[in-house]
Amino acid sequence: MSEQIDERLRSELQHQGVWVTSMQELYNWGRKNSIWPLQFGLACCAIEMIATAASRYDIARFGGEVFRPSPRQADLMIVAGTVTKKMAPQIVRLYNQMADPKYVIAMGACAISGGPFKQGYNVLKGIDRYIPVDVYIPGCPPRPEALLHAFMELQRKIDEQKLTGTNKAQFLKPEQPSEFPVPKFGKHDLEPPANPDVFHPPEIERA
Amino acid sequence: MRVEAAVPGAKIDVVPNPGPANQPSLLIDNEHAIRIARFLRVDPALRLDFCSNVTGVDWLDRTVKKTVKVKKMIDGEEKEVNETTEEKIQGYLEAVYHLYSMTHKHGPVIIRMRTAGRTDGARLPSLTPVWRSAEFQEREIFDLYGIRFDDHPDLRRILMWDEFDDRPMRKDYREPDDYEWEPTPHDEVLEKAKRHYPSRPELDGAEKITAGSDASNR
Repeated sequence: MSEQIDERLRSELQHQGVWVTSMQELYNWGRKNSIWPLQFGLACCAIEMIATAASRYDIARFGGEVFRPSPRQADLMIVAGTVTKKMAPQIVRLYNQMADPKYVIAMGACAISGGPFKQGYNVLKGIDRYIPVDVYIPGCPPRPEALLHAFMELQRKIDEQKLTGTNKAQFLKPEQPSEFPVPKFGKHDLEPPANPDVFHPPEIERA
Repeated sequence: MRVEAAVPGAKIDVVPNPGPANQPSLLIDNEHAIRIARFLRVDPALRLDFCSNVTGVDWLDRTVKKTVKVKKMIDGEEKEVNETTEEKIQGYLEAVYHLYSMTHKHGPVIIRMRTAGRTDGARLPSLTPVWRSAEFQEREIFDLYGIRFDDHPDLRRILMWDEFDDRPMRKDYREPDDYEWEPTPHDEVLEKAKRHYPSRPELDGAEKITAGSDASNR
């Protein structure tokens, strides 16, 4: 554990050619540098995501170039674009089919809040009402740099995950769900309109 | 008109467009619609072989006021008097087709069809057998306005899910009450915001007398 060894001593040992590390560090280092995103796009944000994966912006520099077309082989779901109410159950189902550990980036204004379609009748007001989101990127659409930034934030988040203890990572706790109920098509709206176990909107207080 | 000659019994009205586009359209009767459409497509002078756009319109019940100058005898004198007549027009749903000719490079010719009423049983003949490109767009009109197209090969909802009950583009559509806070509401959204977040009680000036108020900062 990195807490059990003095940082300066560790640095000193490194200079002498002795590398001291911990299982957790090794584990997180391995995982954060090989994130396999799920290959799917929903709207114009997907074009930026494709640009990020292509040679100019090159997400491969961060270890995220292996876009997998199957949820069984993916670690990261980039919700790139407008989530319509018709599409939302399929997104949740794809998320449920991904193996733990799994992460979600909500990319763009639509995926985080419904964006310009927020007051409409057919667009979900944010994917976070059905699945937990790790990193939100605002923008319409966000530039590839923003997606890379979100990717680096996610790497930072993975790096800080604990393997043991009470505040260990979510996916290591057996009592925490890794699947979430898929919403049903209702007569007027999705049922339920949000999953109260996942979705905790901030209370609005007026001064 | 040549159409009326080709399709006996067909009724065609010209609907003028007083807007800047000045694009009049043809209102065709539903009974002969498919034959009129076929004529427009095959007639060598017209050859309207491309249906670029089909859309729906929801017209509510309305009253049209017309003012006409009428000469009347008043007290033995002839005077011009404005006479206003009111005409009630029952609401209807409308399907509008934009047609072009790829052969002759002309167009658009706009044709319209009107349903009898705005109820859910509103029906129109489908023009998909004439223009294949109308198929999805007629499905969209069925989905969002609820017009049933007879003889359509595959009339299902296209944008909303099959279990959905409403017709969202109709003016009487009531959306689910799921308003969420918006930083800059305006127009209809502002109305919704007022309903969900009651306005602040009247400020009485007391809010200015707080610790560390502006006066002490300056």
